[in-house]
Amino acid sequence: MYKIVEKERLNPTVTKMVVEAPAIAKKAKAGQFIILRSHEMGERIPLTVADYDREKGLVTIIYQLVGRSTMLLDNLEVGDAILDFVGPLGVPSHVEGMKRVCVVGGGVGCAIAYPTAKALYDNGTEVTVITGFRNKDLEILRDEFEAVSHHMYTMSDDGTVGEKGLVTNKLQELLDAGEVFDEVIAIGPLVMMKFVCQLTKQYDVKTTVSMNPIMIDGTGMCGCCRLSVNNEMKFACVDGPDFDGHQVDFDEAIARSRQYADFEAKAREKDCHLFHKEVR
Amino acid sequence: MPNMSPNKVPMPHQEPNVRNKNVAEVATGYTLEMAQEEADRCLQCKHKPCVNGCPVGVQIPEFIALIKEGDIEGAYDKIKETNALPAVCGRVCPQEDQCEKLCVRAIKHEAVGIGRLERFVADYHMANGENKIPTIEKNGHKVAVVGAGPAGLTCAGDLAKKGYEVTVYEALHKAGGVLEYGIPEFRLPKAIVSKEVQALKDLGVHMETNMVIGKVFDIDELFEDENEAVFIGSGAGLPNFMKIPGENLNGVFSANEFLTRFNLMKAYDVEADTPIFKGKKVAVVGGGNVAMDAARCAKRLGAEVYIVYRRGTEELPARKEEVEHAMEEGIIFKTLNNPVQVLGDDKGNVSAIECVEMELGEPDESGRRRPVVKEGSNFTLDIDCMIMSIGTSPNPLIHRTTEGLDTNKWGCLIADPKTGATTREGVFAGGDAVTGAATVILAMGAGKEAAQAMDDYIQNK
Ligand SMILES: Cc1cc2nc3c(=O)[nH]c(=O)nc-3n(C[C@H](O)[C@H](O)[C@H](O)COP(=O)(O)OP(=O)(O)OC[C@H]3O[C@@H](n4cnc5c(N)ncnc54)[C@H](O)[C@@H]3O)c2cc1C
Ligand SMILES: Cc1cc2nc3c(=O)[nH]c(=O)nc-3n(C[C@H](O)[C@H](O)[C@H](O)COP(=O)(O)OP(=O)(O)OC[C@H]3O[C@@H](n4cnc5c(N)ncnc54)[C@H](O)[C@@H]3O)c2cc1C
Ligand code: SF4
Ligand code: SF4
Ligand code: FES
Repeated sequence: MYKIVEKERLNPTVTKMVVEAPAIAKKAKAGQFIILRSHEMGERIPLTVADYDREKGLVTIIYQLVGRSTMLLDNLEVGDAILDFVGPLGVPSHVEGMKRVCVVGGGVGCAIAYPTAKALYDNGTEVTVITGFRNKDLEILRDEFEAVSHHMYTMSDDGTVGEKGLVTNKLQELLDAGEVFDEVIAIGPLVMMKFVCQLTKQYDVKTTVSMNPIMIDGTGMCGCCRLSVNNEMKFACVDGPDFDGHQVDFDEAIARSRQYADFEAKAREKDCHLFHKEVR
Repeated sequence: MPNMSPNKVPMPHQEPNVRNKNVAEVATGYTLEMAQEEADRCLQCKHKPCVNGCPVGVQIPEFIALIKEGDIEGAYDKIKETNALPAVCGRVCPQEDQCEKLCVRAIKHEAVGIGRLERFVADYHMANGENKIPTIEKNGHKVAVVGAGPAGLTCAGDLAKKGYEVTVYEALHKAGGVLEYGIPEFRLPKAIVSKEVQALKDLGVHMETNMVIGKVFDIDELFEDENEAVFIGSGAGLPNFMKIPGENLNGVFSANEFLTRFNLMKAYDVEADTPIFKGKKVAVVGGGNVAMDAARCAKRLGAEVYIVYRRGTEELPARKEEVEHAMEEGIIFKTLNNPVQVLGDDKGNVSAIECVEMELGEPDESGRRRPVVKEGSNFTLDIDCMIMSIGTSPNPLIHRTTEGLDTNKWGCLIADPKTGATTREGVFAGGDAVTGAATVILAMGAGKEAAQAMDDYIQNK
């Protein structure tokens, strides 16, 4: 059991939790994730290691409330424990030897992007951050990003925070102004990453994306997280989650992410399973 | 006078049309009377041919004699001397290719139902017997086991009995390996697996779940943690795909994914949060035990199910009993057919597979007749779900993170077939991680031999 030592609501749908998991805290690197299960009949859900404290043995996760599993997780309070918490999984992000990088985070993807921005900053990279949100209420991690970036821009769909517009508008503006990046790292909704990649391809800037397909085991056993990269089959949990964005088949990934959409919609009412108790 | 009936005492089963709608066990097991009647069919041969067919050397005539005498606990102890998991083996061993194949009664008629008797004894013990927890004197040495499948569990149990302090590290949240995530409830109830795992804990084995070795610790760190030897029983969990167009369409699953959702995550249960795709028409590609299990799970979710296999019915590698059970349950066998591409609709969902017919040519290296494509025989089969059961390979996670641990060209760890010693000192391995996908009892045998070799290694250091 993994004890929750801190819980903070970052906005109406995003929560930060700090969990006791010393072995994972000791090993975790930016870009890696954990898989957790909050109760006996619960689903295994992947969440990025947003931060860690090696000394105190703590791991931070930041999650958006999207469906049943994240809601059940959110029912847990400080002092409660998470049933299963496994990691660190996946390949750490590549953060060495880069002079100038632009980190683009969209929505809750900012939680995934933050540790990477921090690792780059700590490595002496000049970090530009562009975050994007639908509106002011959904903004997260502003202070955190400010502390680990040299230039920071925030965009919102309605202009209630930062500038009105999309992250791609800002990125294009910077590129057009002659900014040179060794790499763009884009993390957010699939559609956002797809459009960032289309843009950076025109400017011939290397782009890394963090793919978040549906997962179960996270060890390469089920193949549920597979995607096509350069027309080859890759497993995001062991080969990724970071991939060269110009080689990812986004349309396929978008279709695959909707595989269980019907089920998830019904899961909140819990009425769609096969067997009822009596026939078991 | 022994019972000279040519046939085994029939195993009671749930009716096919009832059981294909629930997950309760298919074969319900012998009663004491049935077991004793079957035990009477054993001729108590002096030269015990059957024992040579058992990879772990269960003392078959001896335990059967104890059943006849009515000493079921005695029979249980006898089996346990060499087999750590009788309730499991009695259910899933391919007995027809092992112990029962060499039974003298099999020359003319049906073999003695050794597996059924083994299962009976184990179940009887679980229901009525007492678990004697032996007092073990610790020998002061520490060892680690990676993977809680049959290989790792057997190795851990043997080492614990010898007095070692044993820690098992398992990647998933539950111990059992394929017994837990692969083989379905209706063939091997999970309560049995849990009891076997509990019995190991009672012996003092530390069971650390949620530990992916190679990620949270690597093998070097296990040695730094004062373990004197390490056993790797990480299985062969990496699913193979066919590399044909359309495999990433929605509705196409690896058997591992489908079975893990069904078994480990209990997706058939109304209380479980994990979703599973309930196809209307499901094609399962492959002909082994895994394919039969996937097909029968899909059937239980309400689908019309096809097994698509490129060789003939005779060549199906699955256990005969499982093929028969699948046929009884209404699975449709499309043998001598092979998919060449998966077709999808505009939403990215699978809508059909294109197959070719096959015919059997000359025998290949494996001795089986090689399937050859019948030119121009392409046809399409409308489906909404496809499950790939065409084999698995060992997971590369551990050897990639461990220096000096060599693998062969199939990714299997190289290990001495007698001792399990790998190319790295102090590291032993066995089970599917070494052989590629095989059987429960072979994995157990490898775990057992490695435990002995690890003991020798540590004691002679
Ligand atoms: C490597 C990895 C790292 C991740 N890191 C984070 C993180 O740091 N913070 C965070 O909030 N989320 C993260 N996610 C996404 C998170 O796992 C999902 O939001 C969560 O599983 C949804 O569970 P649910 O039961 O609450 O929602 P569901 O009811 O299962 O789903 C609700 C909606 O979310 C979509 N969805 C389901 N599973 C995923 C998934 N794995 N990825 C994306 N969308 C999904 C569904 O299509 C549906 O539209 C990560 C995913 C991966 C694979
Ligand atoms: C669906 C199915 C049906 C089968 N039916 C039969 C049958 O009827 N009869 C029969 O004899 N055999 C059957 N088999 C084969 C049999 O189950 C396997 O041969 C056997 O389980 C192999 O045992 P193992 O201990 O080597 O590996 P596994 O059972 O695969 O166990 C390996 C364990 O190691 C864990 N692991 C892997 N990597 C790591 C890591 N890095 N760190 C920590 N833990 C790790 C895995 O999670 C797993 O729990 C079947 C297999 C399948 C998939
Ligand atoms: S362990 Fe398997 S092979 Fe050995 S006697 Fe039992 S059923 Fe037969
Ligand atoms: S070979 Fe058959 S009949 Fe002979 S001892 Fe073994 S089980 Fe009994
Ligand atoms: S999550 Fe199962 S293989 Fe990646």
